[in-house]
Amino acid sequence: MRAYKVYAIKDGTVIDHIPDGQGMGIIDLLNLRQWNRTVTLGIGFHSKKHGKKDVIKIEDKELTPAEVNKIAIVAPTATMNIIRNHKIVKKFNVELPETLEGIVKCPNPACVTNHDPVATTRFFKENGKKIELRCAYCERYFKEHEIEVI
Amino acid sequence: MHILNTAKKFKIKVNPILLKHKILASLFFEPSTRTRFSFESAMERLGGSIISLAEAKSSSASKGESVSDSIKIVDKYCDVIAMRHSLEGSARLASEVSNNPILNGGDGANQHPTQTFLDLFSILETQKKLKGLNVALVGDLKYGRTTHSLAYALGMFGARLFFIAPPSLQMPSYVTHDLKKLKAKYSTHTEPERIMPKLDIFYATRIQKERFGDPMEYEKVKDAYIITNKLLTKVKKNFKILHPLPRVNEINYEVDNTPYAYYFEQANNGLFVREALLALVLGKV
Repeated sequence: MRAYKVYAIKDGTVIDHIPDGQGMGIIDLLNLRQWNRTVTLGIGFHSKKHGKKDVIKIEDKELTPAEVNKIAIVAPTATMNIIRNHKIVKKFNVELPETLEGIVKCPNPACVTNHDPVATTRFFKENGKKIELRCAYCERYFKEHEIEVI
Repeated sequence: MHILNTAKKFKIKVNPILLKHKILASLFFEPSTRTRFSFESAMERLGGSIISLAEAKSSSASKGESVSDSIKIVDKYCDVIAMRHSLEGSARLASEVSNNPILNGGDGANQHPTQTFLDLFSILETQKKLKGLNVALVGDLKYGRTTHSLAYALGMFGARLFFIAPPSLQMPSYVTHDLKKLKAKYSTHTEPERIMPKLDIFYATRIQKERFGDPMEYEKVKDAYIITNKLLTKVKKNFKILHPLPRVNEINYEVDNTPYAYYFEQANNGLFVREALLALVLGKV
Protein backbone atom coordinates (compact mmCIF):
# COMPACT_ATOMS: atom_id res chain seq x y z
CA MET A 1 0.00 0.00 0.00
CA ARG A 2 1.30 3.47 -0.88
CA ALA A 3 2.35 5.67 2.04
CA TYR A 4 0.54 8.67 0.61
CA LYS A 5 -3.20 8.54 1.21
CA VAL A 6 -3.81 12.02 -0.19
CA TYR A 7 -4.09 12.99 -3.80
CA ALA A 8 -1.08 13.78 -5.96
CA ILE A 9 -0.33 17.37 -6.98
CA LYS A 10 0.48 18.61 -10.46
CA ASP A 11 2.94 21.37 -9.51
CA GLY A 12 4.38 22.34 -6.16
CA THR A 13 6.35 20.89 -3.26
CA VAL A 14 5.98 17.76 -1.15
CA ILE A 15 7.76 17.93 2.19
CA ASP A 16 8.23 14.32 3.28
CA HIS A 17 9.77 12.64 6.35
CA ILE A 18 8.79 15.44 8.71
CA PRO A 19 9.26 14.21 12.29
CA ASP A 20 5.97 13.01 13.77
CA GLY A 21 4.00 15.96 15.15
CA GLN A 22 6.07 18.72 13.51
CA GLY A 23 3.83 19.17 10.45
CA MET A 24 1.48 21.67 12.04
CA GLY A 25 4.42 23.75 13.20
CA ILE A 26 5.80 23.91 9.66
CA ILE A 27 2.41 25.06 8.34
CA ASP A 28 2.62 28.01 10.74
CA LEU A 29 6.34 28.58 10.24
CA LEU A 30 5.89 28.99 6.49
CA ASN A 31 2.62 30.89 6.95
CA LEU A 32 0.90 28.34 4.71
CA ARG A 33 -2.57 29.08 6.08
CA GLN A 34 -2.35 32.26 4.00
CA TRP A 35 -1.32 30.41 0.79
CA ASN A 36 -4.10 30.87 -1.73
CA ARG A 37 -3.83 27.34 -3.18
CA THR A 38 -4.42 23.95 -1.59
CA VAL A 39 -2.14 22.78 1.20
CA THR A 40 -2.51 19.20 2.46
CA LEU A 41 -1.16 18.06 5.82
CA GLY A 42 -0.86 14.36 6.58
CA ILE A 43 -0.14 13.36 10.16
CA GLY A 44 1.05 10.02 11.47
CA PHE A 45 1.99 8.25 8.23
CA HIS A 46 3.97 5.05 8.61
CA SER A 47 7.72 5.55 8.18
CA LYS A 48 10.23 2.69 7.93
CA LYS A 49 13.02 4.83 9.37
CA HIS A 50 11.26 6.88 12.01
CA GLY A 51 8.09 4.88 12.85
CA LYS A 52 5.78 7.79 12.10
CA LYS A 53 6.09 10.91 10.00
CA ASP A 54 4.13 13.92 8.80
CA VAL A 55 3.84 14.97 5.15
CA ILE A 56 2.90 18.36 3.65
CA LYS A 57 1.87 18.96 0.03
CA ILE A 58 1.78 22.54 -1.22
CA GLU A 59 0.22 23.25 -4.57
CA ASP A 60 1.91 25.67 -6.98
CA LYS A 61 4.69 26.69 -4.61
CA GLU A 62 8.41 25.94 -4.68
CA LEU A 63 10.04 26.89 -1.42
CA THR A 64 12.74 29.57 -1.22
CA PRO A 65 16.18 28.68 0.21
CA ALA A 66 15.31 30.68 3.36
CA GLU A 67 12.13 28.63 3.83
CA VAL A 68 14.06 25.38 3.34
CA ASN A 69 16.59 26.53 5.96
CA LYS A 70 13.78 27.15 8.44
CA ILE A 71 12.54 23.60 7.89
CA ALA A 72 16.07 22.26 8.41
CA ILE A 73 16.03 23.69 11.94
CA VAL A 74 12.68 22.28 13.07
CA ALA A 75 12.57 19.13 10.91
CA PRO A 76 16.15 18.05 10.12
CA THR A 77 15.04 14.67 8.67
CA ALA A 78 12.67 16.23 6.11
CA THR A 79 13.07 15.63 2.38
CA MET A 80 11.91 18.04 -0.30
CA ASN A 81 10.29 16.93 -3.54
CA ILE A 82 9.75 19.53 -6.23
CA ILE A 83 6.87 18.50 -8.49
CA ARG A 84 6.37 19.84 -12.00
CA ASN A 85 3.68 18.44 -14.25
CA HIS A 86 3.07 15.47 -11.90
CA LYS A 87 6.74 14.45 -11.96
CA ILE A 88 9.39 14.77 -9.24
CA VAL A 89 12.00 16.97 -10.91
CA LYS A 90 14.14 17.51 -7.82
CA LYS A 91 14.47 15.62 -4.55
CA PHE A 92 16.83 16.53 -1.72
CA ASN A 93 17.33 16.27 2.02
CA VAL A 94 17.12 19.53 3.92
CA GLU A 95 20.48 20.58 5.26
CA LEU A 96 21.34 23.34 7.68
CA PRO A 97 23.71 25.79 5.99
CA GLU A 98 26.93 26.90 7.70
CA THR A 99 25.49 30.40 8.24
CA LEU A 100 21.86 31.32 9.01
CA GLU A 101 20.99 34.96 8.30
CA GLY A 102 17.83 36.52 9.70
CA ILE A 103 15.83 33.36 10.36
CA VAL A 104 16.63 32.61 14.02
CA LYS A 105 16.03 34.86 17.03
CA CYS A 106 18.89 35.06 19.53
CA PRO A 107 17.66 33.65 22.88
CA ASN A 108 20.13 35.86 24.80
CA PRO A 109 18.17 38.93 26.04
CA ALA A 110 21.43 40.91 26.34
CA CYS A 111 22.37 40.30 22.69
CA VAL A 112 22.43 43.46 20.57
CA THR A 113 20.27 41.77 17.91
CA ASN A 114 17.33 41.87 20.34
CA HIS A 115 17.65 45.63 20.80
CA ASP A 116 18.80 47.18 17.55
CA PRO A 117 16.30 47.57 14.71
CA VAL A 118 18.91 47.30 11.92
CA ALA A 119 20.61 44.21 13.33
CA THR A 120 19.94 41.03 11.36
CA THR A 121 20.61 37.88 13.34
CA ARG A 122 23.42 35.66 12.11
CA PHE A 123 24.20 32.21 13.45
CA PHE A 124 26.93 29.72 12.62
CA LYS A 125 26.28 26.00 12.59
CA GLU A 126 28.41 23.98 14.97
CA ASN A 127 29.80 20.64 13.87
CA GLY A 128 28.15 17.66 15.49
CA LYS A 129 25.21 15.31 15.24
CA LYS A 130 22.80 17.53 17.14
CA ILE A 131 21.72 20.97 16.01
CA GLU A 132 23.72 23.65 17.77
CA LEU A 133 24.11 27.25 16.66
CA ARG A 134 26.43 30.08 17.68
CA CYS A 135 25.32 33.71 17.56
CA ALA A 136 27.76 35.81 15.53
CA TYR A 137 27.14 38.81 17.83
CA CYS A 138 26.96 37.70 21.48
CA GLU A 139 28.99 34.56 20.59
CA ARG A 140 26.86 32.26 22.77
CA TYR A 141 25.98 28.69 21.83
CA PHE A 142 22.39 27.48 21.69
CA LYS A 143 20.98 23.98 21.49
CA GLU A 144 17.99 22.88 19.41
CA HIS A 145 15.41 23.26 22.19
CA GLU A 146 16.49 26.89 22.80
CA ILE A 147 16.28 27.97 19.16
CA GLU A 148 13.33 30.06 18.03
CA VAL A 149 12.73 30.52 14.30
CA ILE A 150 11.59 34.03 13.33
CA MET B 1 52.11 38.74 18.09
CA HIS B 2 52.37 41.63 15.64
CA ILE B 3 50.25 43.78 17.97
CA LEU B 4 52.38 42.83 20.98
CA ASN B 5 55.62 43.52 19.09
CA THR B 6 54.30 46.91 17.96
CA ALA B 7 53.30 47.72 21.57
CA LYS B 8 56.84 46.87 22.68
CA LYS B 9 58.26 49.37 20.18
CA PHE B 10 55.88 52.05 21.50
CA LYS B 11 56.93 51.28 25.07
CA ILE B 12 60.54 51.95 24.13
CA LYS B 13 59.87 55.02 21.99
CA VAL B 14 56.69 56.87 21.10
CA ASN B 15 56.21 58.93 17.92
CA PRO B 16 54.35 62.11 19.01
CA ILE B 17 53.15 63.04 15.51
CA LEU B 18 52.24 59.61 14.15
CA LEU B 19 48.46 60.15 14.34
CA LYS B 20 48.43 63.91 13.74
CA HIS B 21 45.13 65.09 12.20
CA LYS B 22 43.43 61.81 13.14
CA ILE B 23 40.40 61.86 15.45
CA LEU B 24 39.38 59.16 17.92
CA ALA B 25 35.72 59.02 19.00
CA SER B 26 35.72 57.65 22.53
CA LEU B 27 32.22 56.22 23.04
CA PHE B 28 31.89 54.69 26.48
CA PHE B 29 28.18 54.13 26.96
CA GLU B 30 29.11 52.28 30.16
CA PRO B 31 31.40 53.60 32.90
CA SER B 32 35.13 53.04 32.42
CA THR B 33 38.26 54.50 33.96
CA ARG B 34 41.39 52.66 32.85
CA THR B 35 40.23 51.54 29.40
CA ARG B 36 38.85 54.92 28.44
CA PHE B 37 41.74 56.95 29.88
CA SER B 38 44.35 54.73 28.28
CA PHE B 39 42.66 54.92 24.85
CA GLU B 40 42.42 58.70 25.11
CA SER B 41 45.95 59.08 26.47
CA ALA B 42 47.29 56.79 23.75
CA MET B 43 45.66 58.93 21.05
CA GLU B 44 47.02 62.15 22.59
CA ARG B 45 50.53 60.74 22.91
CA LEU B 46 50.55 59.84 19.22
CA GLY B 47 49.51 63.36 18.26
CA GLY B 48 45.86 62.64 17.51
CA SER B 49 42.80 64.29 18.98
CA ILE B 50 39.68 63.03 20.72
CA ILE B 51 35.94 63.58 20.73
CA SER B 52 34.11 61.81 23.51
CA LEU B 53 30.97 61.44 25.57
CA ALA B 54 31.20 63.42 28.80
CA GLU B 55 29.25 60.58 30.40
CA ALA B 56 26.92 57.86 29.13
CA LYS B 57 23.89 59.60 30.61
CA SER B 58 24.51 62.65 28.42
CA SER B 59 24.44 60.74 25.13
CA SER B 60 21.56 60.23 22.73
CA ALA B 61 21.71 56.53 23.65
CA SER B 62 20.14 57.53 26.97
CA LYS B 63 17.30 59.03 24.92
CA GLY B 64 16.69 55.68 23.25
CA GLU B 65 18.95 55.95 20.19
CA SER B 66 20.08 52.56 18.89
CA VAL B 67 23.73 51.50 18.79
CA SER B 68 23.65 51.47 14.99
CA ASP B 69 22.25 55.01 14.74
CA SER B 70 24.73 56.38 17.29
CA ILE B 71 27.65 54.84 15.40
CA LYS B 72 26.44 55.96 11.95
CA ILE B 73 26.33 59.57 13.17
CA VAL B 74 29.62 59.64 15.08
CA ASP B 75 31.33 57.76 12.25
CA LYS B 76 31.18 60.92 10.14
CA TYR B 77 33.10 62.96 12.72
CA CYS B 78 36.12 60.73 13.31
CA ASP B 79 38.71 58.31 11.89
CA VAL B 80 38.48 55.55 14.52
CA ILE B 81 36.04 54.61 17.29
CA ALA B 82 36.78 53.03 20.68
CA MET B 83 33.57 51.93 22.39
CA ARG B 84 32.08 50.16 25.37
CA HIS B 85 28.42 49.18 25.53
CA SER B 86 26.35 46.95 27.80
CA LEU B 87 24.81 44.98 24.90
CA GLU B 88 26.68 41.85 23.85
CA GLY B 89 27.79 41.99 20.22
CA SER B 90 27.43 45.79 20.08
CA ALA B 91 31.00 46.29 18.87
CA ARG B 92 30.52 43.75 16.06
CA LEU B 93 27.32 45.45 14.97
CA ALA B 94 29.10 48.82 15.12
CA SER B 95 31.88 47.49 12.88
CA GLU B 96 29.25 46.50 10.31
CA VAL B 97 27.57 49.90 10.13
CA SER B 98 30.73 52.01 10.42
CA ASN B 99 33.17 52.93 7.67
CA ASN B 100 35.91 53.45 10.26
CA PRO B 101 37.68 50.87 12.42
CA ILE B 102 35.99 49.96 15.73
CA LEU B 103 37.99 48.99 18.82
CA ASN B 104 35.94 47.03 21.36
CA GLY B 105 36.46 48.33 24.89
CA GLY B 106 34.01 45.78 26.31
CA ASP B 107 30.59 44.53 25.15
CA GLY B 108 28.48 43.50 28.13
CA ALA B 109 29.57 40.20 29.64
CA ASN B 110 30.95 39.04 26.29
CA GLN B 111 34.49 40.17 25.48
CA HIS B 112 37.13 42.73 26.41
CA PRO B 113 39.79 42.06 23.78
CA THR B 114 42.07 45.09 24.26
CA GLN B 115 42.42 44.11 27.93
CA THR B 116 43.49 40.68 26.74
CA PHE B 117 46.20 42.18 24.54
CA LEU B 118 47.61 44.11 27.50
CA ASP B 119 47.35 40.99 29.68
CA LEU B 120 49.25 38.99 27.05
CA PHE B 121 51.78 41.80 26.69
CA SER B 122 52.36 41.77 30.47
CA ILE B 123 52.65 37.98 30.55
CA LEU B 124 55.15 38.02 27.67
CA GLU B 125 57.09 40.83 29.33
CA THR B 126 57.44 38.92 32.62
CA GLN B 127 57.78 35.35 31.34
CA LYS B 128 59.58 35.99 28.01
CA LYS B 129 57.21 33.53 26.33
CA LEU B 130 53.48 32.78 25.96
CA LYS B 131 53.64 29.08 25.13
CA GLY B 132 53.14 26.37 27.75
CA LEU B 133 52.68 28.56 30.84
CA ASN B 134 50.75 27.54 33.97
CA VAL B 135 48.14 30.25 34.48
CA ALA B 136 45.49 30.49 37.20
CA LEU B 137 42.39 32.63 36.53
CA VAL B 138 40.88 33.40 39.90
CA GLY B 139 37.73 34.94 41.34
CA ASP B 140 34.63 35.84 39.36
CA LEU B 141 35.05 33.78 36.21
CA LYS B 142 31.33 33.73 35.40
CA TYR B 143 30.80 37.44 34.85
CA GLY B 144 34.42 38.53 34.40
CA ARG B 145 34.70 39.19 30.66
CA THR B 146 38.47 39.78 30.95
CA THR B 147 38.94 36.17 32.02
CA HIS B 148 36.85 34.89 29.09
CA SER B 149 38.94 36.67 26.46
CA LEU B 150 42.20 35.79 28.20
CA ALA B 151 41.26 32.11 28.52
CA TYR B 152 40.64 31.92 24.75
CA ALA B 153 43.92 33.63 23.97
CA LEU B 154 46.01 31.56 26.38
CA GLY B 155 44.27 28.41 25.14
CA MET B 156 45.60 29.21 21.67
CA PHE B 157 49.14 29.47 23.08
CA GLY B 158 48.92 26.05 24.73
CA ALA B 159 48.77 27.30 28.33
CA ARG B 160 47.71 24.99 31.17
CA LEU B 161 44.79 26.83 32.75
CA PHE B 162 43.56 26.55 36.36
CA PHE B 163 40.11 28.06 36.99
CA ILE B 164 39.87 28.87 40.70
CA ALA B 165 36.43 30.11 41.76
CA PRO B 166 33.43 29.27 43.93
CA PRO B 167 31.19 26.82 42.02
CA SER B 168 28.56 29.51 41.45
CA LEU B 169 31.12 31.78 39.71
CA GLN B 170 33.01 29.18 37.65
CA MET B 171 33.90 29.64 33.97
CA PRO B 172 30.72 29.56 31.81
CA SER B 173 30.11 26.50 29.66
CA TYR B 174 30.19 28.53 26.42
CA VAL B 175 33.81 29.44 27.19
CA THR B 176 34.88 25.92 28.17
CA HIS B 177 33.09 24.67 25.04
CA ASP B 178 35.49 26.79 22.95
CA LEU B 179 38.49 25.76 25.02
CA LYS B 180 37.70 22.10 24.31
CA LYS B 181 37.61 22.89 20.60
CA LEU B 182 41.06 24.48 20.95
CA LYS B 183 42.18 21.35 22.83
CA ALA B 184 43.22 23.63 25.70
CA LYS B 185 44.11 21.99 28.99
CA TYR B 186 42.17 23.29 31.99
CA SER B 187 40.86 22.21 35.36
CA THR B 188 38.51 23.77 37.91
CA HIS B 189 39.32 24.34 41.58
CA THR B 190 37.74 26.04 44.57
CA GLU B 191 40.95 26.90 46.48
CA PRO B 192 44.34 28.18 45.29
CA GLU B 193 46.78 26.88 47.98
CA ARG B 194 47.86 23.56 46.48
CA ILE B 195 48.29 24.95 42.98
CA MET B 196 50.45 27.96 43.91
CA PRO B 197 53.89 26.22 43.54
CA LYS B 198 53.07 25.24 39.93
CA LEU B 199 52.01 28.67 38.70
CA ASP B 200 53.74 31.18 36.45
CA ILE B 201 50.84 33.66 36.47
CA PHE B 202 48.07 34.28 39.01
CA TYR B 203 45.34 36.38 37.34
CA ALA B 204 43.11 37.72 40.10
CA THR B 205 39.68 39.29 39.62
CA ARG B 206 37.23 40.90 41.98
CA ILE B 207 34.42 38.84 43.47
CA GLN B 208 31.43 41.11 43.54
CA LYS B 209 29.15 40.79 46.51
CA GLU B 210 26.11 41.72 44.43
CA ARG B 211 26.55 38.58 42.28
CA PHE B 212 25.47 36.40 45.21
CA GLY B 213 21.77 35.84 45.83
CA ASP B 214 22.49 34.69 49.36
CA PRO B 215 24.83 36.99 51.38
CA MET B 216 25.84 33.98 53.50
CA GLU B 217 27.31 32.34 50.40
CA TYR B 218 29.44 35.43 49.79
CA GLU B 219 30.69 35.42 53.39
CA LYS B 220 31.75 31.78 52.98
CA VAL B 221 33.93 32.32 49.92
CA LYS B 222 35.16 35.91 50.02
CA ASP B 223 38.31 35.26 52.08
CA ALA B 224 39.36 32.18 50.12
CA TYR B 225 40.46 34.38 47.24
CA ILE B 226 42.35 37.14 49.08
CA ILE B 227 46.04 37.10 48.24
CA THR B 228 48.36 37.70 51.17
CA ASN B 229 52.12 37.22 51.54
CA LYS B 230 51.38 33.95 53.37
CA LEU B 231 49.91 32.49 50.18
CA LEU B 232 53.12 33.37 48.30
CA THR B 233 55.66 31.42 50.36
CA LYS B 234 56.07 28.52 47.90
CA VAL B 235 55.74 30.26 44.53
CA LYS B 236 58.24 30.02 41.66
CA LYS B 237 60.81 32.78 41.10
CA ASN B 238 59.22 33.92 37.87
CA PHE B 239 55.72 33.98 39.44
CA LYS B 240 53.70 37.17 38.86
CA ILE B 241 50.28 38.42 39.98
CA LEU B 242 48.12 40.25 37.47
CA HIS B 243 44.73 41.92 38.01
CA PRO B 244 42.60 43.94 35.56
CA LEU B 245 41.85 46.39 38.45
CA PRO B 246 40.13 47.96 40.26
CA ARG B 247 40.84 45.79 43.29
CA VAL B 248 38.78 46.00 46.44
CA ASN B 249 40.25 43.57 48.92
CA GLU B 250 41.29 40.58 46.82
CA ILE B 251 45.00 41.56 46.85
CA ASN B 252 46.25 42.61 50.26
CA TYR B 253 48.27 45.86 50.13
CA GLU B 254 51.30 44.06 51.66
CA VAL B 255 51.64 42.14 48.38
CA ASP B 256 52.32 45.40 46.47
CA ASN B 257 55.89 45.44 47.81
CA THR B 258 56.77 41.88 46.76
CA PRO B 259 58.54 41.10 43.46
CA TYR B 260 55.41 39.19 42.43
CA ALA B 261 53.11 42.21 42.14
CA TYR B 262 52.81 43.31 38.49
CA TYR B 263 49.27 44.73 38.29
CA PHE B 264 50.23 48.42 38.20
CA GLU B 265 52.80 47.82 35.46
CA GLN B 266 50.10 45.77 33.70
CA ALA B 267 47.69 48.73 33.81
CA ASN B 268 50.46 50.96 32.46
CA ASN B 269 50.96 48.54 29.57
CA GLY B 270 47.39 49.27 28.51
CA LEU B 271 48.68 52.54 27.14
CA PHE B 272 51.28 50.98 24.81
CA VAL B 273 48.94 48.25 23.60
CA ARG B 274 46.24 50.79 22.76
CA GLU B 275 48.81 53.04 21.03
CA ALA B 276 49.73 50.02 18.93
CA LEU B 277 46.10 49.18 18.15
CA LEU B 278 45.25 52.76 17.14
CA ALA B 279 48.32 53.04 14.92
CA LEU B 280 47.70 49.65 13.33
CA VAL B 281 44.01 50.09 12.54
CA LEU B 282 44.76 53.54 11.08
CA GLY B 283 47.45 52.00 8.87
CA LYS B 284 50.27 54.08 10.33
CA VAL B 285 52.69 51.26 11.22
